[in-house]
Amino acid sequence: MNIPANLKYSKDHEWIRVEEGNIAYVGISDYAQGELGDIVFVDVNTVGESIEAHAIFGSVEAVKTVSDLFLPVSGKIVELNAKLDGEPELINSDPYGDGWIVKIELSNVAELDQLMDSEAYNSLIGN
Amino acid sequence: MDTNTVAAIPLEHIHIGLGAKMAPFAGFNMPVRYSGDIDEHHTVRNGVGVFDVSHMGEFWVKGPEALQLVQWITSNDASVLTPGKIQYSCMPNATGGIVDDLLVYCMAEDEYLLVVNAGNIAKDWAWINSQNNFNCTLEDRSPDTCLFAVQGPKAVQALQSLTDFDLASLSYYTFAYCTFAGFENVLISATGYTGAGGFEIYIPNNQAETVWHAIFKAGEKDSIKPIGLGARDTLRLEMGFCLYGNDIDDTTSPIEAGLGWITKFTKNFVNREAIEKNKTEGTTRKLVGFVLTDKGIARGHYDICDAEGTVIGQVTSGTQSPTLTQSIGMGYVPAALSKAGSEIYINVRGKLLKAVVTKIPFVKK
Repeated sequence: MNIPANLKYSKDHEWIRVEEGNIAYVGISDYAQGELGDIVFVDVNTVGESIEAHAIFGSVEAVKTVSDLFLPVSGKIVELNAKLDGEPELINSDPYGDGWIVKIELSNVAELDQLMDSEAYNSLIGN
Repeated sequence: MDTNTVAAIPLEHIHIGLGAKMAPFAGFNMPVRYSGDIDEHHTVRNGVGVFDVSHMGEFWVKGPEALQLVQWITSNDASVLTPGKIQYSCMPNATGGIVDDLLVYCMAEDEYLLVVNAGNIAKDWAWINSQNNFNCTLEDRSPDTCLFAVQGPKAVQALQSLTDFDLASLSYYTFAYCTFAGFENVLISATGYTGAGGFEIYIPNNQAETVWHAIFKAGEKDSIKPIGLGARDTLRLEMGFCLYGNDIDDTTSPIEAGLGWITKFTKNFVNREAIEKNKTEGTTRKLVGFVLTDKGIARGHYDICDAEGTVIGQVTSGTQSPTLTQSIGMGYVPAALSKAGSEIYINVRGKLLKAVVTKIPFVKK
């Protein structure tokens, strides 16, 4: 299982990668996509909204199950990955790359310190 | 069975070794996914795949009055069966619902095999014994029997090298005993729960591992794959096949569940009078298939609503159809809305999404 060392992780199995300044990308971990199975639909209607840390910003539907998406830190959803509309399976095949889900503007950069590093996340999932 | 304990099927170690995701189902630790639900689904629709469904129950009924017992406990007319033939049937209970749905195999004039759902083995066994006023000998061979469902259009070519018996000659819902993978008297039936064609192979536990490996070796040229219960569910739902515990249960009448075609009033059976009344007077609700026309996915237990959002029924099964790449489902709706083309709404996590009542099967064979 691939748990990259350059990302931060939440207990809800989302990852976050901070780009320049307070812009970050959010997706679900390799572990999460593996547990869910084939993703067939991504439902995010919160673009433009400001959302609290650990609040729901959408859902992902796999063939067999549906799962809420929780924002790892507080922020404003600025963009939904448009590719996921036609190719939701990118979350399975490339969870940290083309399968990113939303781009956000962080409200409070300090919240990042409360997330797990890859080592802590690996131990959470027993990897 | 105690539903809180999870039993192992004999080849559990093989599935774990293949990297299957395992999960409890009907009291057994079962392989639910290997390569991926969608890949496995298409493998069965277009090629060939193998399900280990050894959790299923096998009861043998024997005695001069075996047919009378089968006729009494099941709704379909088993008297039309001759040795080698199989029929789909259900066992009505005394209160208007269904104990289980099952396959009835006619082994001989005085011998029948009943194949029942894993989650109902204990309940069915107690029920059938309670109705056995026909001096039949009943034997539960479920713990000693493995069952592999080799399903898909390439099933014949994948398996033919394992037997001298002409598999293509076995017509749907018939069975034969043949020498298979070196073992004598293997029971093979042209049945399944996928609508993709293929066979179900019953093997004693002590031969199961050898037969499993033989099947994969013989089917290698046809890219045979192991298939989990996840794909089994999407495959059966595309065909509109009922799943006990979801679409039918102890409270659903066979008539409202659309099982009138396996309910024959030309004979007597448990609770026949009340069920016949369902048929002649009509039921207030009916099980229908539907396709979601809005974007989203319907799932079991979601509410079915009218345009105003008033709850009018419940989804009993729902998924994304890998073949149609659209959400399909089944559920109970008021009889007035049961006609194909009726518009209904599904409450998908707080959003009312439009759906259309659709004839089953959703995917044509």
